[in-house]
Amino acid sequence: MLHMDHMSKVYRTDLVETHALRDFNLHVKSGEFVAVTGPSGSGKTTFLNIAGLLETFSAGTYKLDGIDVSNMDDDDRSRIRNGKIGFIFQSFNLIPDLDLFDNVDVPLRYRGMPAAERNERIRKALGTVGLGSRMKHLPSQLSGGQQQRVAIARALAGSPKVLLADEPTGNLDSLMARQVMDLLEEINGQGVTIVLVTHDPELARRAHRNVHIMDGQVTDLDASQAAAASMSEAAAMEGHG
Amino acid sequence: MFSYYLRMAWLSIRKTPVLVALMVGAVGIGIGVSMTMLTIYHMMSRDPIPWKSDQLYSVRVDNWDADEPYDEDLPGQSPFQMTYIDATNIYDAGRAYRETPMFKSWGVVEPSNPELRAENHIFRMTGSDFFAMFDVPFLYGGPWDHEADAAASRVVVLSRDLNETLFGGEDSVGRDLRIRGQDFRVVGVIDEWEPQPKYYDLNNGSFDEGEDVFLPFNLVRHEQYQSAGNNNCYQGDPAPGWEGRLAGECIWIQYWAELRNPQEVEEYQTFLNAYTDEQRALGRMPRPNNNQLYNVTEWLAMQEVVDEDVSVTLGLSVLFLAVCLFNTIGLLLAKFLGKSTETGIRRALGASRSDVFRQQLVEVGLIGIGGGVVGLGLSLLGLKGLQILTIDTEQLVTMDLTMIVAAIALALVTTILAGLYPAWRVCQMPPAIYLKTQ
Repeated sequence: MLHMDHMSKVYRTDLVETHALRDFNLHVKSGEFVAVTGPSGSGKTTFLNIAGLLETFSAGTYKLDGIDVSNMDDDDRSRIRNGKIGFIFQSFNLIPDLDLFDNVDVPLRYRGMPAAERNERIRKALGTVGLGSRMKHLPSQLSGGQQQRVAIARALAGSPKVLLADEPTGNLDSLMARQVMDLLEEINGQGVTIVLVTHDPELARRAHRNVHIMDGQVTDLDASQAAAASMSEAAAMEGHG
Repeated sequence: MFSYYLRMAWLSIRKTPVLVALMVGAVGIGIGVSMTMLTIYHMMSRDPIPWKSDQLYSVRVDNWDADEPYDEDLPGQSPFQMTYIDATNIYDAGRAYRETPMFKSWGVVEPSNPELRAENHIFRMTGSDFFAMFDVPFLYGGPWDHEADAAASRVVVLSRDLNETLFGGEDSVGRDLRIRGQDFRVVGVIDEWEPQPKYYDLNNGSFDEGEDVFLPFNLVRHEQYQSAGNNNCYQGDPAPGWEGRLAGECIWIQYWAELRNPQEVEEYQTFLNAYTDEQRALGRMPRPNNNQLYNVTEWLAMQEVVDEDVSVTLGLSVLFLAVCLFNTIGLLLAKFLGKSTETGIRRALGASRSDVFRQQLVEVGLIGIGGGVVGLGLSLLGLKGLQILTIDTEQLVTMDLTMIVAAIALALVTTILAGLYPAWRVCQMPPAIYLKTQ
C-alpha cells in the first residue's frame, strides 16, 4: 500500500539545513495496522505528512497504492488524498462552524459526489461511530472522544484505502482512548490499512507491526524492541523534562 | 459546488461580522464616492438621442471677423450661432429634409383663469420641424404646420408643466392664451421631455431646463421677440431699431438640420458653401469658407459639455476607490489567514488549491455585493446632496438602471480583484503548516 524508498526530506533556511528524514525506507502492506513510534523530533510527523501527501519530499520514491506520487502536481495529489487517504488528528481538526453532518460532508464535496450518495455515506459513517442521532450538533457540543469519533467518521465516509492517524488518542482519557482504538481495530478488520503514530506503548502493542523512527530513519530494531526502546526513551525524557 | 461555496461563505461572513462590516464599509464608501462622480459623468456625457444623433446636425457658417477667429481657443471652429439674415436665408431655401432656426426668448404669459397671476416664462422661437426633428412627444395635439410657419401665425405649444398650471392638466388644444399681450391658440401640449444634455441649445446652459412655451420662429420679425441668450456682433453695434438689429452682423440664432444619410449631408454642405460664396460676392462673409455640420455627438464633444473639473474629480474618486480597496486587501488577508486552520483541514481532506481559491473568491464576491449595495445607497445620498448643494437639474443627478447595475458590477469586480492576492496567498501555503499550528 505504502512504499517509501530512500526517501529524504530536508528543510532549508538561509542559515540551517535540517534533515527531517534521511534514507527513509518503509513498506506497509495492504490491510496492515502499523504503529509508528519514536521520540519527539525524530521525524514521525514529517513521515505522516509525506505519507498523506500534505508535504513533498526532497529525494527518493513514494508509491501509494501502486501509484508513484513523487512528481505529481497539487491537483493530482489533492485528488489522491481525497480518494485514497483518511486522516485522524490528535486535535480532531473538525471545522467548528459546521455541524457533524457538514463536517463529514467536507471530503465528499471535493469528490463531486451526488447529493443522495453523500447523504447515505454521511449517515452510515456517523452511525458506525455511534453518533447518527447527533448529526445537527456542533463539535463544541460534543466530548473529546465523541469529536474524535466524528473525525473517524469523516475519514471513513470517503472509503479510504489507508487511514493515517496522528496521536489520535493524545487528547483523550484512557476510557475514550480505548474506545477509539477499538474502533480503529474494527475498521482495520474491514480491510483498511492503518498507520498510527503514537507515544502510547499500550496502543502500539495493539498494532500488527511497530516501526521505530530515530533521527529521520527507520531503525533496524525489531518491532517489539523498537516499541520498548521508544517508550523507555519517552519516559526518560519526560522524567528529565 | 457553487451553492456549497455560497453557504460556506455565508457561514464565514457570519463568523466575523465586525471584520466583514469594515470591508463592506470600505468597499461601500469607495463605490459610493466613485459612483456619485461616475453617474454625473455618465449623465453629462451620454448621447441624448442615440437613435438619430447621427442624423441631426448643428449648422454653422463662418460669418465672422476676417482677422480673428470667433473663439481663439478653437481657431478652426465657426461661430456657434448665426445671424438672422443667414438663418432666414438658409431656412427659406429649404434644402434639408427637416431644418429649423431657433433661439431662446421670454415673455409674460397671462392665464385665462383670473385666479392665476401672469408670469414670465422662457420661450423657444422655432420652426415646426423642431418637434419632428428632436422626436418631441406630445400629450395633446401636435406641432403647428408649415403654413403657420410661413404666416407667422399666433399658435403655441406648451410644456406639460405649464399646461398643468394654466389649464389644470386638461386637453387645452384649441384654447386661447395671451402671450405678451396678444392672443395665441394652443395647438399642442408636450409630454415629459427633458433632454440632458440640452443638446439643441448648448449656448444657454448645457443642462438647463427646457422651455415652457414654443412659438413660430417667424414671429420674430414683426413682434420683436428678443434673444435671451448670447448675442455677439463682429462689426460693432447694429443699426438702430428692430430692422437694424435683424440686418446686423450679429450672431444669436441656433440652426439645426436633419440629414438622413451621407449624400444628404454632402449636398447640404455644398449648398452652404454655395450660399456663403454668394454672400461673399455681395460683400459679406469676409472669411474663407468654413461652414460646419456637426452631428449631436460631435457637437457635444466640441462644446466640451463634460467639464474638465468633472473629469478630474472622477479620476480622484477612482483613486479613492483604489485606496479603499487596498485597505480591503489587508482586511481580507487578515480574514483568510485567520481561518487558515479550516483551509488546512479542507486541503488535508482533498480540496485542491483551486477549490480553496474559488471558495475564497465566492466569499469575496459576497462582500463585494454587500459593498455595492452600501455604495449604491451612499451614491444616491451623495447625488441628493449634490442636487441640494450645487446642481438644480434633477435628471443630471439621477441614477438610471445602467448606473445601478454598474455600481453593483463595479463593486463585485473590484472587490474580487482585491481578493485575488489574499486568496492566492492562502492557497500557496502547504496544508501541513496549518495543521501544525493547531
